[in-house]
Amino acid sequence: MAQFTGKVWLLGDDIDTDIIIPTEYLALPTVDDMKQYAFSPLRPELAGQIRPGDIIVAGKNFGCGSSREQAPEIIKHLGVACVIAKSYARIFFRNAINNGLLLIECPLHDDLQEGEEITVFPGEKILAGGKSYPISPLPQNLLDILEAGGLVKAMQKRNGLL
Amino acid sequence: MGMTIAEKIIARAAGVPEVKAGEIHTVTLDRMMSNDGTTHLTIDMYHNKLRHPHIADPSKVVFIVDHNIPAENPKTAAVHKKMRDFARENGIAMYEGKGVCHQLMVENYVCPGELIFGADSHTCSYGALGAFGTGVGCTDFLYGMVTGGSWVMVPETLRFNLHGKLREGVYPRDLILTIIGDIGANGANYKCMEFAGDGAHGLSVNDRFVLCNLAVEAGAKTGIVEPDEKVKEYVESRGRKAEHLFTSDPDAKFLKVYDYDLDKIEPVVACPDFVDNITPLRELPHVDIDEAFLGSCNNGRIDELRVAASILKGRKVKDCVRFIVSPASNEVYLQALREGIIDTLLEAGAMVMNANCSVCWGSCQGVIGENEVLVSTGTRNFKGRAGHKTSKVYLASAAVVTASAVAGYITGPESL
Repeated sequence: MAQFTGKVWLLGDDIDTDIIIPTEYLALPTVDDMKQYAFSPLRPELAGQIRPGDIIVAGKNFGCGSSREQAPEIIKHLGVACVIAKSYARIFFRNAINNGLLLIECPLHDDLQEGEEITVFPGEKILAGGKSYPISPLPQNLLDILEAGGLVKAMQKRNGLL
Repeated sequence: MGMTIAEKIIARAAGVPEVKAGEIHTVTLDRMMSNDGTTHLTIDMYHNKLRHPHIADPSKVVFIVDHNIPAENPKTAAVHKKMRDFARENGIAMYEGKGVCHQLMVENYVCPGELIFGADSHTCSYGALGAFGTGVGCTDFLYGMVTGGSWVMVPETLRFNLHGKLREGVYPRDLILTIIGDIGANGANYKCMEFAGDGAHGLSVNDRFVLCNLAVEAGAKTGIVEPDEKVKEYVESRGRKAEHLFTSDPDAKFLKVYDYDLDKIEPVVACPDFVDNITPLRELPHVDIDEAFLGSCNNGRIDELRVAASILKGRKVKDCVRFIVSPASNEVYLQALREGIIDTLLEAGAMVMNANCSVCWGSCQGVIGENEVLVSTGTRNFKGRAGHKTSKVYLASAAVVTASAVAGYITGPESL
């Protein structure tokens, strides 16, 4: 995976799935219809401000709550290049990888200002504010899923089972 | 090296003699459950993305409509129809309007020692019967449905030794909320919460359900109460087999061991907007309420309805408060009818709904408006969870919720 640079949006701890996409919008027909409401209970303007290639940086326990897979899908559909958080809730973590959304675990949040540009070298490091933050690579089986663009595509590539 | 309950269940599902925390294993799933929250997405992917759509074993799959039942608009009606048609075409068991998915799974399917994937975060409830239930998204569910298997990372285990008995007026819900407050909303992230000790064995299956159900609110992959004769009795009384009552070996490796004296637990409230934001009820400032809710997969069973009826007998719900009650299943509902509980609730002014997820998930029934306050036995109190983003949700036991409905503010039954 090649390096990339993006603008940072800062979110706090415990960003739950009801904040990422509130229940009342789950009945909309497609994820593209839903994505304008992403993060609306917390920051209603945010979904309209995020541009493709931007990066979300958050605190601990990102994605806690429901198993609704629309949550990582919406973040991916907004064009977010990756999420960098101190830690993730496990169902969200699995769902994100299964949908081809890159997640990085790194305690970057407290050192950044919103709007800063940072450069990510996947599996290696993050350059931010003149400092370098080491990051560990994902296990190979998860990387395979991510690089294929999600679980279904990865399995089709691997064994045609699906 | 000894194994934990979670390790033994995964070893069995992986067909290997031994597994260790941190390993990734390919497993055969014993059972899969999906509800109307996301099943339509699974079905769309099944039809549109797969080259060879088929289902490994339809007898292991259960569809349950419980989130928006009865349908409240054409969109959810279409979701239900999609599930109904797919279930019929593929020979999948389908439940509509019979109860909350996890309650129906425990009543009708779950066996000790099973590994179960559910497309719902509270699938961790099945640990009440000594099973390993865990929540997944619809893509993982699809993969499981098509292949019959999946991969799991073996979780580390946090062991909770429970001692003694809860005092009168204190409930398992107070215990699990206290534990979540102590370890935090990600205190058990990726891990298994295992409950054992004389205090755990003293709890009924109903009470164990309450504990395991909220394990995910501490981030856990699952929660399991060490299964015993009570589990065997429950499962066998329903015509199922209890073949695998796994307990942790004496030399099993726990990441951490906690000890809780149950008689020291007191009534607590989870304040907005986080489940780990716990305050003892006696320290809570005055909070007026607009709505009270008794129900959800955490707390809508017969034990809780009995508590509510005992408090409401001869009393009335406060004029300005809506008190909404939704039994966890029709089996629970019928039992409550037989015991006269429903009469007591209605006479007191409660609204009794059909068995469904109801107020807990902020759709379908009892949605709260701008700046309104709800006290609830639901699973979560996230910002906007039960309605408008400015509304507030407090989580408490059935006793506190019912007493609050009478008082008009959050309080326990002793103050009425």
